[in-house]
Order: sequence, then C-alpha cells, then structure tokens
Amino acid sequence: MSTKTLYTEQQVWGYLKEITDPEIPVLNIIEMGIARSVSIENEKIVVRITPTYSGCPAMNAIEKAVGEKLEEKGIQDYQVLLDYSEPWTTDWMTEEAKSKLKDYGIAPPEKTTKDEDFLKSLSGTKIVPCPFCDSFETELQSEFGSTACKSQYFCNSCHQPFEHFKCI
Amino acid sequence: MSSDTITREQAYITYLLRLADDRLILGQRVSEWCGHGPVLEEDLALANMALDLIGHASALYGHAADIEGEGHDEDYFAYFRDDYEFTNLQLCELPKGDFAFTIARQFLFSSFSYFQYERLKKAKDEQFAGIIKKHLKEIKYHLRHSRDWVLRLGDGTEESHKRIQNAFDEIWMYVDELFYTDQIDELILADGNGADLISFKEEWKKLVEETLTEATLTVPDWDQFMMSGSRTGMHTEHLGHILAQMQFLRRSHPDADWK
Repeated sequence: MSTKTLYTEQQVWGYLKEITDPEIPVLNIIEMGIARSVSIENEKIVVRITPTYSGCPAMNAIEKAVGEKLEEKGIQDYQVLLDYSEPWTTDWMTEEAKSKLKDYGIAPPEKTTKDEDFLKSLSGTKIVPCPFCDSFETELQSEFGSTACKSQYFCNSCHQPFEHFKCI
Repeated sequence: MSSDTITREQAYITYLLRLADDRLILGQRVSEWCGHGPVLEEDLALANMALDLIGHASALYGHAADIEGEGHDEDYFAYFRDDYEFTNLQLCELPKGDFAFTIARQFLFSSFSYFQYERLKKAKDEQFAGIIKKHLKEIKYHLRHSRDWVLRLGDGTEESHKRIQNAFDEIWMYVDELFYTDQIDELILADGNGADLISFKEEWKKLVEETLTEATLTVPDWDQFMMSGSRTGMHTEHLGHILAQMQFLRRSHPDADWK
C-alpha cells in the first residue's frame, strides 16, 4: 500500500504539532514558524523546515525530531529538507505563539522594521515591555542571551531579569 | 590553475571560499572567549557571535561544495586544507588579544560585512541570496553589539579608553585588505553575484569615523602602511597555529562520525 493512501498532509501537520522547540518547550515547531510545508511527492512525505538562526544547535535536534516523529507514526518513506529560500523571521510566529511566550516569561518579538532604517536605528534603543508586570521601565543588559534567539533585559519596576525574543 | 584560464565556476567557488574562510577563522577566534568573557553576559554574547560566524561559514562552504560537485562537504573545506589554501583576511586570524581588541576587530568586520551583505543579498544566484539574507539579520546584531561596546569602552574609564584606542591603532594596518579586489571579484560582479566593495568604501569609512569620534577616540591614519596578500594565501604566523588547533582532531580521526 502506498504512503499516499495512508496519510494526508493534514495528518502530518498534526504530527508536527507534537514536536516542541527544544529551547522553548512551550512552543511547537509550527507556532515557531519553523515547519514551512508538508507535501507528498512521489508517494513520499516531504517536510520542509527553515532554520531560525544559522548556528542554532537546536536545528539539528529539530530535524532529527521530525524524522523520529514520522517514524513513530509509522511513516517510513519521508524526507526532511532544510529550506533556505526565504530567511526565517519572527513575523512567521503566530499571535498565539507570542502570547504563550509572554506567559512563559519571555518578552515576545514585535514586528520587524524595514531594512533601510537600520543604520539610523544604531544609536537608538528599543523599549521592550516587561513580560511579568508590563512596565516600560526596562533596560537592555545584553543583545545576546542564553540562546541565539534571545537578548537579556532587566525590569526596573519589578526588579526581574527577563529574556526578549529577538525580532529578526 | 593559471589566473587567465580561470573558469567562472572556479571563480565563484573561490569567491565563496573567501567569504567562508573569513567567517570560520574569525568564529574560531571569537570562540576562544567561551568561558573567559569579562562578564557573564559578554561570555554569552561572544559565544553566540562565534556560533553565528561558524554557521555562516558552514552554509557558504556547503554552497561552494554543491557548485563544485566533487563530493566535498563543508568539513572538507574547514578541516582538510592547509594555511596557504585559506584565503581569509589577516584581520580575522589575529589572536583575540584583550577584550578591547576583540571588540575593535568585530566592529570593523561586522560593519564591513553589513555593507557587503546589503549588496550580496541581491545576488542572481537565489540560493546564495537566501543564505546572505539570513546571515545579514545576524550581522546587524553583531554590528550593534560591537558598536555599543566601542562607545562604552572609548567613552568609559581612562583604562578602557586607552585599551580600545590601542586596539584600533594596532589593527589599523589590516583594514585596507577588506577592500582588496582582483579578477575573481570582477568576474563574479559581472555575473551578478558579487558585491562592489568600492561602492561602499566611503560610507563604511564614515560609519567607522563617526563611531570612533563619538567614542572620543582618535581615528588612525588611513594612509599608513597596510598589510596585503591574504586573499591569495599569504598570512601572518597566527593562521598556522589556529588551524593546527582547529584541525588536528578531525585529521587524526578523518572518518569519525557523530552518529
């Protein structure tokens, strides 16, 4: 019996939903915008994923996790491809994902800005509201945090350090 | 391979390897800070940047290997070439020095890369352009971060000012190479995949001068003696040492596999 008759693309999306990001376990790889497409090509299930950061060690884990999940569901004939055609952006994260991030204690990314503004923006600092108390009295501690995708802030109102999911 | 018989494909591979070598060697250098950063936040930041740079190199080596089509992979380019085959800038191979030196170099390299990648992202080769667009987002973070530190160190204490000024003075003779171009660049530019370095030289110099001035630093002399030769395989003594450290394990176990 062929794969085609056994699984639908919709089902595969359902399986992918069960895979969480190893660094941010409250989000699955669909909410993260990492799983880009599912297709059935020549009776083979093809899943395309786009890496978030080029050096992100979680990507290998995710690629592996997709394969393992499909095998766990009984799919033998599959391929996991890395899709670089469009660079991953935090704009691909769903609104629901952003509110889950906030509940988890990570300030979610805002909408990305246009490239042309970059050089002008070099001297300005961005205000990120505290995910715990919503205060704007926060300050950037470091552009880099515990993982490639996060920066570190401190809230001067509730005196809590927090992470901000970088907006790229 | 004589330079007048070089094919466009060979030129493109050389072009990609130059870009990749810069990032691999600098990434390896920056990674030396891991566990040695002046403060925890900086330790993380430097390790993150090193990871990004090595990630950039890996994607570019992979693309070069695909174009070459001889069954090589990124590990081949990283681990099985010798110093004279590496075409990274001498700027990237210099020892990490103190924190000020690492920051000065990162600022010069990231600002240069920003302008270069803004042009490369329009490359005709869509896969290459895709890789570049992705890396550009990360380069912006590196530039913002290193620029902030130039300002903080320059306009900081007497000691930090002295160190960052020394760092720029020391590294200055390696900046001219950033804008080195030869037949390879011309061929790739003509194919619509390159960046015209001269087109942003003044803009880059302006950003550097403005930043140094804001940081109360003296801009060293642009017309002083400058080093050259790295794009054709001429290096400082430091490259051999960093390669020895980076490559020995892989060469001792050439068939080792993570799986």
